[in-house]
Amino acid sequence: MEIMRGAGFTAGVMLLVTLSLPAAAQNDLSVGRKMLVEDNPGELWIDQGKDLYYQKRGPKKASLEQCDFGMGPGKLEGAAARLPRYFADTDRVEDLESRLLTCMSTLQGFDKNEVAKKAISSPRSRGSDIEALALFITSKSNGMKVNVTLSHQKEYDAYKAGEYLFYRRSGQTDFSCDQCHGEANKRIRLQDLLHMTSAAGAQEVASTWPAYRGAHYVVRTMQWRLNDCVWQMRLPDLKYGTDYSIALTTFLNRRGNDAVIQVPGFKR
Amino acid sequence: MRQLRRQFLKLTGSASVLTAAVSAGLLKSGNALASTWNKAGFESKSVVDIQKSLGATSMTDSKNITITAPDIAENGAIVPVAVTSKIPNTQSITIIAEKNPFPLAASFEISGGGEGYVSTRVKMGQTSNVRAIVKADGKFYTAVKEVKVTVGGCG
Amino acid sequence: MAEPMKIRATLQGDTADVRILMRHPMETGTRKTSSGVVPLHFIQSVVVQHNGKTVLDVQWSQAISRDPFLGLRVKGAKLGDKISVTWTDNKGDKRTDEVSVAAGS
Repeated sequence: MEIMRGAGFTAGVMLLVTLSLPAAAQNDLSVGRKMLVEDNPGELWIDQGKDLYYQKRGPKKASLEQCDFGMGPGKLEGAAARLPRYFADTDRVEDLESRLLTCMSTLQGFDKNEVAKKAISSPRSRGSDIEALALFITSKSNGMKVNVTLSHQKEYDAYKAGEYLFYRRSGQTDFSCDQCHGEANKRIRLQDLLHMTSAAGAQEVASTWPAYRGAHYVVRTMQWRLNDCVWQMRLPDLKYGTDYSIALTTFLNRRGNDAVIQVPGFKR
Repeated sequence: MRQLRRQFLKLTGSASVLTAAVSAGLLKSGNALASTWNKAGFESKSVVDIQKSLGATSMTDSKNITITAPDIAENGAIVPVAVTSKIPNTQSITIIAEKNPFPLAASFEISGGGEGYVSTRVKMGQTSNVRAIVKADGKFYTAVKEVKVTVGGCG
Repeated sequence: MAEPMKIRATLQGDTADVRILMRHPMETGTRKTSSGVVPLHFIQSVVVQHNGKTVLDVQWSQAISRDPFLGLRVKGAKLGDKISVTWTDNKGDKRTDEVSVAAGS
């Protein structure tokens, strides 16, 4: 496949993303968005996640009640607000989805790779276990402020790695996250792009996932969002729960500190 | 529907099918069966024929009907539409997406303490007028709002 | 088979603000997949009752969005009043769920 490189192509792509959204159209979108997020079909997945959390499942026939999401086993209120964070038992920084993978394998005996393979569900399906569980657990932090602390060296390292990755230009398109998400009023076709290097943009990223993705009719998580961005940037496929994704999530959530969590979000 | 037919067939022979149905718990007093689905209207491709099926051949434009919907729908498959009718004694509200293959999307019959307000989400195949028809005191009123759709939402 | 609805009924003055989320595919009968066209499958009727009395009788087409939403308001409601919702789809499947009117925020 021809590698498209060079100033001409990049400039053309830059032009596409820097067209600003007319002010009037911006108001129009907020009317519909408000109506949709107020009564979000994603809420129907919260109980699904709750059932999965309490059910004894897997080869070890155990529930997830002994899973430690950072505040001690079984403590859910406020736990998601502090993720990603360092976990001593795995000696790494984990986000919510990778922490679920850890607990589903150690407590319930599921095969991590098998769970990861099914973690991103098909559109119009019942959704994956991870999607429902991630929503249920994050909903226990609804109304609370995002509070990612960088108190462990590895947490700080993850943050710095995420920052580096956010600005690094990669692959055949020479894209960085920054090019789409580093300026105000950018869009791709009609889709406005979050200005993530602003406080408001970072706060929205940190507080609205997991979210109901209207076009897919299922709940999606941040792991999916990063997976999709990486795909759109024409980079190699992002494996589920890797340090790459956890680093970016640490960077973005930390930048979004003090945002009030309200899930499920609603995305087009 | 099959369930209902079986129960009715069992009841023939009783003095009154209706009383028998009530005692069988099918028609609890104050708990009417749902209205008959307006097949003619829902399967029609013409807004004029839909109006006929509603008995609304003559309608007056009314500023007392508010259609709340986005000017531009980000996803044509999930377009939020709310209709508020301030017309006294509103009996029903109907929502039509004029350019849909089957324009009649929803019909709401209001009774008891129900207010003249309904909200739902519709699929729109393309940019079109969303029309609300309100029946109040036996008369028909209407309002429209254009909703732009960039990618259709019917598939 | 029919999944539970999510119903919120909150009192605003003497009006109950009722919001209902239902889980249903609402298939239009025109969607093609690799295994053929998905058949028509949608909620045709929704009946909402307030303390046993019908306040809203809804007829829907397949043009109502997947995982459909219904919002309505009921005058003359009080805390603890029963709001009951029943949907029926074109295959004859039914689901009824009920909540009590709660205080508004």
